[in-house]
Amino acid sequence: MATIKVATPQSEDFTGNLYVFEVPVRIWHWVHALAITVLAVTGYLIASPLPSMSGEASDSFLMGNIRLVHFIAAMVFAVGLLVRFYWAIVGNEYSRGLLIPPVWRGQFWSRMWHEVLVYSFLTRKIAKYRGHNPLAQIFMWLINVVLALFMVCTGFALYSQGTGAGSWADVLFGWVFVIEPSSQAVRMWHLTGMWLMVVFIIVHLYMVIRADFMSRQNGISVMIDGVRRFKDDGPRDPQ
Amino acid sequence: MPAHETFYEVMRQHGITRRSFVKFCSLTAAGLGLGPGYASKIAHALETKPRTPVIWLHGLECTCCTESFIRSGNPLAGDVILSMISLDYDDTIMAAAGHQAEEILEQTVEKYDGQYILACEGNPPLKDDGVYCLQAGKPYVEKLRYMADHCAAIIAWGSCASWGCVQAARPNPTQATPIHKVILDKPIVKVPGCPPIAEVMTGVITYYATFGQLPPLDRQGRPKMFYGQRLHDKCYRRPHFDAGQFVEKFDDEGARKGYCLYKVGCKGPTTYNACSTIEWNGGLSWPVKSGHGCLGCAEDNFWDKGSFYSPVTNLGVTGNVEHTANTVGGVLAGAAAIGVAAHAVGSVISRATGKKPQKSEEVSNG
Repeated sequence: MATIKVATPQSEDFTGNLYVFEVPVRIWHWVHALAITVLAVTGYLIASPLPSMSGEASDSFLMGNIRLVHFIAAMVFAVGLLVRFYWAIVGNEYSRGLLIPPVWRGQFWSRMWHEVLVYSFLTRKIAKYRGHNPLAQIFMWLINVVLALFMVCTGFALYSQGTGAGSWADVLFGWVFVIEPSSQAVRMWHLTGMWLMVVFIIVHLYMVIRADFMSRQNGISVMIDGVRRFKDDGPRDPQ
Repeated sequence: MPAHETFYEVMRQHGITRRSFVKFCSLTAAGLGLGPGYASKIAHALETKPRTPVIWLHGLECTCCTESFIRSGNPLAGDVILSMISLDYDDTIMAAAGHQAEEILEQTVEKYDGQYILACEGNPPLKDDGVYCLQAGKPYVEKLRYMADHCAAIIAWGSCASWGCVQAARPNPTQATPIHKVILDKPIVKVPGCPPIAEVMTGVITYYATFGQLPPLDRQGRPKMFYGQRLHDKCYRRPHFDAGQFVEKFDDEGARKGYCLYKVGCKGPTTYNACSTIEWNGGLSWPVKSGHGCLGCAEDNFWDKGSFYSPVTNLGVTGNVEHTANTVGGVLAGAAAIGVAAHAVGSVISRATGKKPQKSEEVSNG
């Protein structure tokens, strides 16, 4: 079995097997993915409920349960996000990439442009990355930080409508209704955010599967055992 | 009139009996969510405190607030409060007209400077210096600013004054603007609704008369006791919502059984008002009780938040074209799926037509 090296910051090593994604990052990823799936399905059903139930009202609690599952998944999503942000502080370099893309580095932008060319089939020179490539990184940040926080804020603001004035959700997130007084509008923006998440999932799934075939490193398995496997020992940037 | 007459004196002059007066105080205490002991406090305040004059101005509006007010199903409250207000200035129901009416405003400003309540029904249009609402030859916005300068507090009656309502709906040709965006230096109570419930209106005035201050307000400036909860929270059809029992069409079995109207567009879950508790016309009925969903008339921009008959409403980002989150999202997700599939095909072609794999190239390059 090949040896697994531990990735060190600023290392120039882009060969062999490198341990990059630590356990909390991987656990978060799968919990986050599950939470988003549950939230998207239940959220859609809250906006567009299932066909009407028959019988006595006291016999079923379908809508109530769908909302309950949505709220539980939302708590998991929010707490998961907090834990993930904490790990970005104490974890390794690759746990910070999601939260703080190094936009101050000139190389970040030149490499991003290179990735745009790669994905547009305008160059066949494929570079290697230990974590995410800059293009992926900026989208990860937009979706899993910016959009995720947007969903948390609007979601808990809508939740506060049920918990009432003075509840923790109202105290912490009621300011959303200062920005947008119409809670119907907040609902619809929350729903739009769900669709953006769905779009992200489609693209994300495609990109990781594609990476297994087209890139010079592994795609899916890195989020399972945390090990980045380079397919060749050539230089990082092809000439 | 004597300088410091009380509300009670005015009511008695209008033929309201002591018995009716005490009943009104009890009803109002209950309406405001106060304990039983407060009925006597309200009575005491109305008997002893100098009457607070109320000036009722009308801007761009349909007068449905006044209609609601004078058609209060509870004639007791209606008559009592009417006598509190109409004495001074309300151009729909006052006896005076023309110059005589406008003089009342001047007299009130002189006599009660900084003490009267300014009740605003409707809102001022600001476009072209406000010429789209002229009163006594002057733009309404000037009258509003002048009267607001000298008042103690403002009550923004109805959705027009509170949010803008129909005349402020896109494209808002006259730039109709809610009161709180025109008058910035006075305390303002929003009493939204199209129209607001009569008992809510009387409750707000009585609260001010009794306690000498505005009722506790929520973040949006609405009295907490009437706008603290959504219709949905107190709706008698809520068990059907939780059970997942919905009216699918207005003539189906669910409609006959009185199921939840959420799927046919009821905006109860996003509307703050007291309809589901106080109801209308003295507790006779309210929209959901009559079998139709709430339109959300007490909410900001409800005219632009169509459809009234779907729980998923327009996003309002594309002008006149009506797009909901589900249509926009569905198109985006579909486009993403097609884009991904096309890109996958491109990737396969790129790989098939490409040179040797990068790997060996780099190894030779060293």
